[in-house]
Amino acid sequence: MKKIFLTAFGIAALLKTFSQQLPDSSFQSRQLKVDEINLVSSYYNQNGDHAAVTGGIGTQQLTDIANVFDVKLTKYDRKLRKHTYDVEVGIDHYTSASSDKIDLKANSSASHADTRIYPSLTWTMENEQKRNTLTAGVSFSKEFDYISRGINAGFSKKTKDRNGELSVKVQAYFDQVKLVTPVELRDYPEDRHYGSANRTTIAGSLSWTQVINRNLQVAFLADLVHQQGFLSLPFYRVYFTDGSVHQEKLPDNRLKIPLGFRANYFLGDRFIIRTWYRYYKDDWGISSHTVNIEVPVKITSFFSVSPFYRFYNQTAVKYFAPYGQHTAQDEFYTSNYDLSKFNSNFLGAGVRLAPPGGVFGVKHWNMLEIRYGHYTKNINMNANIVSLNIKYK
Amino acid sequence: MSSIKYLAALAVITGLATSCKAVKEYQKNKLNDSEMSLSNRKVEKTEMSFQSYREGASGANAGKSGGGCGCN
Repeated sequence: MKKIFLTAFGIAALLKTFSQQLPDSSFQSRQLKVDEINLVSSYYNQNGDHAAVTGGIGTQQLTDIANVFDVKLTKYDRKLRKHTYDVEVGIDHYTSASSDKIDLKANSSASHADTRIYPSLTWTMENEQKRNTLTAGVSFSKEFDYISRGINAGFSKKTKDRNGELSVKVQAYFDQVKLVTPVELRDYPEDRHYGSANRTTIAGSLSWTQVINRNLQVAFLADLVHQQGFLSLPFYRVYFTDGSVHQEKLPDNRLKIPLGFRANYFLGDRFIIRTWYRYYKDDWGISSHTVNIEVPVKITSFFSVSPFYRFYNQTAVKYFAPYGQHTAQDEFYTSNYDLSKFNSNFLGAGVRLAPPGGVFGVKHWNMLEIRYGHYTKNINMNANIVSLNIKYK
Repeated sequence: MSSIKYLAALAVITGLATSCKAVKEYQKNKLNDSEMSLSNRKVEKTEMSFQSYREGASGANAGKSGGGCGCN
């Protein structure tokens, strides 16, 4: 917690020093200018007793500190099309009691902590006259045992009355998994030369947003996601009925179909009701429902409080069994409880401050939002997360 | 039971489609409120990230659909 606030205030102080340099946003500049800067920081901790690294038993204690820094630059071209360049860099650092157990004898081995870095760049071109938007982006993510490279492209078109919009997006991720096996399953336990395997994800997304009236707007969302390659994790253990230990083994193909619906309603002058529902199904056997409701209450025009609640449930994948219950007859096997049958509840609240003169009187410090959520699964796992968003505009 | 769900979904979609009113740009002050946005808010970014790691389902929220390990 202390680290998040120190980071946040450090960056806010830094931004204040060059706030004078930010150009006025009231005209359509052909020069590239800083439109918006966001910092999202969060502290996450979890606990449970179904760690996949130790075959579905053992501590799941984990902490993660994440910082995402996002700069949005805009310019207009000769045809008055708006170009936006979104440059984002994220850094996560986690410590995990379960991944420490890649070597069961270790107590704080090299795998107990890791840092993930994930930069991305997105370009968007909005043509106000033709009512369409083009977008393209690249992303990268790296941690010790995993590298991901992503590309995406999208197109959206508004209706003539600008009350409806159809969007199409395609994303592709080309990932590489380092084959870090549990120490007792290696030919040479001291061997640190790991092989690697590929994982490819192709996702198509379709969405339709529609203004219903002055207070209500809705969105329909549909994705089709196909994954191919090494979809297991090499250091997840599975214990068979005979006591033998194996690496998790899952099929090398997965097709996912999530369908979503959002509806946001402005009730009176003070209440907003934000809702989201998702139905999900995949060919590994998971079907799931997610319902989310959040009610921002505008205490004043620049200060709001937003309680939220999210319910989630899922069925298990066909290949799941708890510790010591798989047999040698099983073609695929996992004891990862994230793929088991469970339901979860996520409850919390956020506070948002966006005064016209700037937060704490700092002119360009446009918004401050702090949010806390408590997450519980009915399979004895819980987590807490505190997030902070500072927007500079 | 499932046919009741489909009928309910159809009723909602039909209801929404028939109740659409043309809203002019100058009438959109409430719809343009930042908390009325039909996308996820920045502050939710890391929440969605941990949920996609801890749960089997993901997607249909205009976010990422892959990339990153989430193995712990």
